[in-house]
Amino acid sequence: MNDDGLNLLSGLDYSALQQCMHCGLCLPTCPTYDATLSERSSPRGRIALMRAIADGELAASKTFAEEMYFCLGCLACQTACPAGVDYAALFENARAEVERQGLLDGAVRNFARRWVLGWLFAKQTRLRTLARLLRAFQRSGLQALVRRSGLLNLLPFGLGDLEPLAPQISRRFTDQLYRRQLQQANPPTPRYRVALLAGCVQDISFAEVNADTICVLQHNGCQVLLPDSQSCCGSLHAHTGAVEQARQQARLNIDAFAAENLDAIIVNAGGCGLHCKHYDRLLADDPAYAERAAAWSEKVKDVHEWLADVGVRPPRAAMPPQQVAYHESCHLKHGQRVSAAAHAVLQAVPNVQLVPLAEADWCCGSAGIYNITQPELSMQLLDRKMAHLSATGATVVATGNTGCAIQLQYGVRRAQAALDVVHPVSLLAAAYRAETQGGTQCSTLD
Amino acid sequence: MDHAALLSDLRTFLRSDQLLTSDEDCSVYAFDGTALLHQRPACVVLPESRDEVARLLARCNQRGVPVVARGSGTGLAGGAVPAPGAVALCLVRLNQILALDAANLVMVVQPGVLTQQVADAAQAAGLFYPPDPGSIKISTIGGNVANNSGGLRGLKYGVTRDYVMGLEVVLADGQVLETGNKCVKDVAGFALKDLFVGSEGMLGVITQIALKLVPAPASKKTLLGLYDDMTQAAATVSAIIAHKIIPCTLEFLDRTTIECVEAHASIGLPTDCAAVLLIEVDGHPAQVAEQAAQIEAIAREGGARSVRLAASAAEAEQLAAARRTAFSALARLAPTVVLEDVTVPRSELAAMVAFVQAVGQRHQVRVGTFGHFGDGNLHPTFLCDERDSEEMGRVEKAMAEVFAHAVELGGTITGEHGVGLAKKPYLPGQLGPVGMEILQRVKTAFDPKGILNPGNMFD
Repeated sequence: MNDDGLNLLSGLDYSALQQCMHCGLCLPTCPTYDATLSERSSPRGRIALMRAIADGELAASKTFAEEMYFCLGCLACQTACPAGVDYAALFENARAEVERQGLLDGAVRNFARRWVLGWLFAKQTRLRTLARLLRAFQRSGLQALVRRSGLLNLLPFGLGDLEPLAPQISRRFTDQLYRRQLQQANPPTPRYRVALLAGCVQDISFAEVNADTICVLQHNGCQVLLPDSQSCCGSLHAHTGAVEQARQQARLNIDAFAAENLDAIIVNAGGCGLHCKHYDRLLADDPAYAERAAAWSEKVKDVHEWLADVGVRPPRAAMPPQQVAYHESCHLKHGQRVSAAAHAVLQAVPNVQLVPLAEADWCCGSAGIYNITQPELSMQLLDRKMAHLSATGATVVATGNTGCAIQLQYGVRRAQAALDVVHPVSLLAAAYRAETQGGTQCSTLD
Repeated sequence: MDHAALLSDLRTFLRSDQLLTSDEDCSVYAFDGTALLHQRPACVVLPESRDEVARLLARCNQRGVPVVARGSGTGLAGGAVPAPGAVALCLVRLNQILALDAANLVMVVQPGVLTQQVADAAQAAGLFYPPDPGSIKISTIGGNVANNSGGLRGLKYGVTRDYVMGLEVVLADGQVLETGNKCVKDVAGFALKDLFVGSEGMLGVITQIALKLVPAPASKKTLLGLYDDMTQAAATVSAIIAHKIIPCTLEFLDRTTIECVEAHASIGLPTDCAAVLLIEVDGHPAQVAEQAAQIEAIAREGGARSVRLAASAAEAEQLAAARRTAFSALARLAPTVVLEDVTVPRSELAAMVAFVQAVGQRHQVRVGTFGHFGDGNLHPTFLCDERDSEEMGRVEKAMAEVFAHAVELGGTITGEHGVGLAKKPYLPGQLGPVGMEILQRVKTAFDPKGILNPGNMFD
């Protein structure tokens, strides 16, 4: 065990650990407990391990580290917890401690962490460059060729298994769409001035969702800005124990957005939104940024939450009937407590029939990069989700988080299901566009 | 005790994921839902059949190794906290519903089935399993039987004991005892099954349970009464009973508890009143309507600030679910919550509530009180910090006085949580020397070597 006596767990406000009075009410909501029926893989068990380490009764071991990474971080336990335990904070701290002590160190893992977290996701320009290469690969026919060839099986460490998970790369990224046409569609006399966090993967793979978000906001009286130098929000870093890098990402975005001139910072991905709302906590000890981070966190709104606040204008166009199931993003529902607002967005779309989805707020197995790090349980959870979706008879599944969308798209491909995976705002945007066919406002996306 | 020899013995019939020995695993089975108590077991065993339980007990009995059975570990008296050197026997993987016999109104289950699953399975068959402890969503039925758990419906429907028709129990030496059956009447021999209900894992390990089901009530109504004065709420309860109305649920929450529950559940509970009564009546629709109207009138006469009917079944369920979180929600206010479970004859309820408040003030400890008023079952909850030994001393004094007073009023130190380790020191005060000696003799008859949950309830 680390000997400086100041590990990140013992450095925590101890009352955060004490807050858990081990009543066990979190257990039935925890997918890893459900899968194992092992106390160690429950929220209560994980907190007990953290506390034992903070108390010096237990060494932070590789077993502990693996357990912390077996946790999905879905935060269903937070919704269940009557005592209000801030599991997200405990969990991020625990993973940070795992990394600080290097409990899972290995050449490949360290290399991947350095390049992916420290380099690739540190600047959006780098990710976009890689994405362009990937798109060329996907469109050139090479992808199909490689898939057929079995070459992927030659990749080490099971990396070949990851390829099918990769989302399609968008033809144009958010900034291009914005400059080409969206910017011009900003209302001349806006009620609100907001800025969009375009995200990292969202920006390159779901640029259309970003465009739809801008469109919907514009139709609801918002002037939408897209700050140029923004980058990955850093949730990827924070959730994998790379706290210092997460702080750096937060600083970049705080500098990019000038929150004081905005009514809101809009985020359309549940995981990113939750993390952005915690910039204040992340930078609380940074004298240069603490105050700005607090101001930033106050301005961050999930797009559904914001639309509920300002009131959604019902679209006037007649739309074809659609049966839609709503899959709750964990970090939107359990982290941000945004659920009714997302349902309201869907219900605002003419002719949408929301069909009940069993276990709608049970994790789909995406959980950040869980589908990469823990493929077995991730796929079990995806199967469970797909079975429930199939039982609804819906033709569309809506979800408000990038990771969930990628996972569900993979589930749809794998099951060859007739199911569209969409963001709720995309359905609303389509209805607004139908009003102004031939008009100028975000009318087409070529 | 030769630990290594025991482990290698156990490995002959348990897989590695059924026999946990790491520090990490042992430390998470060191506690249950009770504050302040923890003790790591020597190892953890997760059996998947009755035979594995029997083999484990036979070997432990031979070697004199203590065994402490548990389910989900939600107990509130430390009854599942391992004895030093004990095997923690966790029964959550014995989780099958074996039969639902609608012709006999009986469900046969393994002990690791969750209470909620029992309730859901009964409901799916148009039947009803009434006991609903606060932890119903995660507590196991085996744990409920071993602790004779109560819940929110005790007033009309009784407690777990009233629904246990038969048990299969592995005895300390590994023999299997079957006691009780699906018959409504059975007086063949001593009612041994009743000894196991509430035995806190000290007489045997329950591996199968036959539960009585009842027809589901055709209708129910839920009322919420708000009071500016706690004693008025208590008086309303007495008046309802005096009017010969037996509601299904008659729950009480004080302001401290209401604030915490609302902070968790956000269902619009009023946080500016001194007490809330949550009342549910069920049965034939006509009777339910009549009783609800009567109760409303009684509550208004009794000084309720307002009385309102839950608008829908969903709202009623939301209110009951919120009430079930009361204990855990109180943890929002203090790092350590010490929950008590005194019960008094209903006529003494107002006196007991007043006494708890006075004790809290006298010892300067914060107390939140909620409970099953209709049963006379109170849950005074002390809000404290275990790291403050001076404060914990005051809590202990206050607790001792509350227990003593409950017994003086003809009540009990525990209505539904059990004695466990937490209330062990207070048991002789209630049972007296003869009562304690009989407990000892019963224990010795079933478990002569004293391997089953030793040190629990009494030494």
